[in-house]
Amino acid sequence: MAKDVNTLTETNVGGPRWAMVVDLDRCTGCQACLVACHAENNVPVAGEAQAAYGRWLHWIIVQRYWEGQYPNVKARFTPLMCQQCTEAPCEPVCPVFATYHNPEGLNAQIYNRCIGTRFCGNACPYKARTFNWFTPEFPEPLGEQLNPDVTVRSRGIMEKCTFCVQRIRRVELATSAEGRRPTDGEILPACVQTCPPSALVFGDLNDPDSRVSQMARSRRSFRVLAELGTDPAVVYLKGGETNV
Amino acid sequence: MSDALALPGARAGSQDEPETAYDERLLLAQRTDEEINQAVLKPMLRTGRGFWALVAVLAGIILWGMYSWSYLIQWGLGTTGKNRPVYWTLFITTFVFWIGISHAGTMISAVLRLLKVDWRRPITRGAEAMTAFALVVAGLYPLIHLGRVWKAYWMVPYPNNRMLWPNFQSPLMWDLIAITTYLVSSTLYLYLALIPDLAMARDHTGGWRHRVYRLMALGWRGTGGEWHKLLRALAIFSVAIIPIFLSVHSIVSWDFAVTIQPRWHSTIFAPYFVIGAVYSGLSALAAILIIVRRGMRLQEFLRAEHFDALGRLILVAGMLWTYFWFAGFLVEWYGNDPVVRALISEEISGKMAPLFYLQMGANLIPIVLLAFRKVRTTPALLLATVLLVNVGMYTERFLIVVGSLQRNDIPFNWGTYRPTWVELSVVAMTFAGFALLYTVFSRIVPYVPVWEIKEGRLRYTLRRIGRLLVPTAAEIE
Repeated sequence: MAKDVNTLTETNVGGPRWAMVVDLDRCTGCQACLVACHAENNVPVAGEAQAAYGRWLHWIIVQRYWEGQYPNVKARFTPLMCQQCTEAPCEPVCPVFATYHNPEGLNAQIYNRCIGTRFCGNACPYKARTFNWFTPEFPEPLGEQLNPDVTVRSRGIMEKCTFCVQRIRRVELATSAEGRRPTDGEILPACVQTCPPSALVFGDLNDPDSRVSQMARSRRSFRVLAELGTDPAVVYLKGGETNV
Repeated sequence: MSDALALPGARAGSQDEPETAYDERLLLAQRTDEEINQAVLKPMLRTGRGFWALVAVLAGIILWGMYSWSYLIQWGLGTTGKNRPVYWTLFITTFVFWIGISHAGTMISAVLRLLKVDWRRPITRGAEAMTAFALVVAGLYPLIHLGRVWKAYWMVPYPNNRMLWPNFQSPLMWDLIAITTYLVSSTLYLYLALIPDLAMARDHTGGWRHRVYRLMALGWRGTGGEWHKLLRALAIFSVAIIPIFLSVHSIVSWDFAVTIQPRWHSTIFAPYFVIGAVYSGLSALAAILIIVRRGMRLQEFLRAEHFDALGRLILVAGMLWTYFWFAGFLVEWYGNDPVVRALISEEISGKMAPLFYLQMGANLIPIVLLAFRKVRTTPALLLATVLLVNVGMYTERFLIVVGSLQRNDIPFNWGTYRPTWVELSVVAMTFAGFALLYTVFSRIVPYVPVWEIKEGRLRYTLRRIGRLLVPTAAEIE
């Protein structure tokens, strides 16, 4: 397994390959990452009825699975966001290049280009993409806290986790002004910054000494639906028995 | 006018009236050219109250559908029943259905024209018109289903201020190109074969009709040179349009098959879709011909022999569809992939089971029924049978699009789907739109290709050999 993770295709030789590690043994399923993501990325709230019909807009969702029979029931939590696949199934199917691969290995979603065919949503095996079914609403006072660094999307377009690309860019700009590269842990996506048990770790997989590289080499590491060959940039850790 | 269809050759061999022994056959019947002209022109010149009532009803449905579509654009795709993961629903289902319908027109007219099959002659125009109008309504769906339809032109490759070319890796771009090509070529094909008949209509009408037909006939006089060029052009079109017709539905199938969605990711999809399209398209054609035959009193031209032959062709298409369906299903079921297993159990014994058995029943029972000559030659029975095929094929597309999307690799993302009034209204709009276009078209231009029938009649002569009258056929062209 560990070897498999290290074969991540290097699309940006010499540059960073942004990646995230999700330690399932640490995740408590508190959903703080989800709330942080909504606040950071201007993600609208769909409401209970719409969410129940599968129309939530969360970019990261803590999937909960029940394991075992009563009374020996365990809850398993799997935070799942866009896996930023190297061989992303969503990219070739978009007729207008609204989703494409940027040089840092990120799956970029260009909201302004999207015409809403939802083909990417069908192609994504993780179903990590969400669609704006209606014009997004931010009831007061939520409208007061919109993040000016992130576009507020209109109805009829797809969106998804960007690894908080605006935060990556901000740090990259600041550090390049200082003539250096971002150090490990300097870039923190909102979910990573918020996660109380530090189950989420973000970093550069091309740097062998970074925390994500070290964790990706762990015996516990695996990637979701690795058999599909999408080569995701999100690495999951699962080994010890957790009883949440 | 009797609606009953007599069997061809039913009275053959009757020695008492040898002159009428072959009257059941269109190309051998005792008719003058003028009688044929008048029979075709009659429904064009006189429209009954039923016609206007039909037009009014269809227009009403279309207006309601357009209101629904504008409602959809105004408020967003949330007004439909789409959700995550069922991103494509009734719109794409109906899109595939209409593209399928559009296939029979070319099938009948190009393939059968190349093979010089004589029973195609009175049918070709009706089939070609069906292709063109089915494509027109099918072409609406890629627009209707867009999240931002007002940006649809971004798919058109032209130099623009976004400095961005469309992504030709996307099957949706292949769709755009294939459907546009098919629409243009099938419309031209329809029009080319129409020119001599428009000239016939020009020569037999007066007033404003005469002026319209004169304009549309492009000054056709019927000289040898003109016929030579027309037949050449039709021959070229017949050959060239066949690869287009194969490619269009293959590409529609690749919209699904190129993704790694379980049950979509299948190499058999392209031929399976093509044969399914032929099956449902020929069935729709038979249904339309039966309805038009009655509505426009064309019993003279659409006879038992034609429905008999068409029914046989549908039967063959149906058997091929069954073979392809089985070949796909067997491998998927045997492979026992977990998600495919979930999908198949949902089909066979889950929520989708009623639709699955409807699909299988409505597609397989007609194959049995069509084996009987009585079904093929009795209009009411044939109509019921071919409508059943189309119910089955629509259900099949629904199961492929919506059924498959409900399950995927991660169980947390499984979903379900409920259609809304907006979707149903828009789907009804396209059915009514097709019916309206077809109804009006069949009254404006000669619905039956007069020149093709006359040409066919030139082939056949009744020769007397001893006491027997024997039809003989000559090679023409």
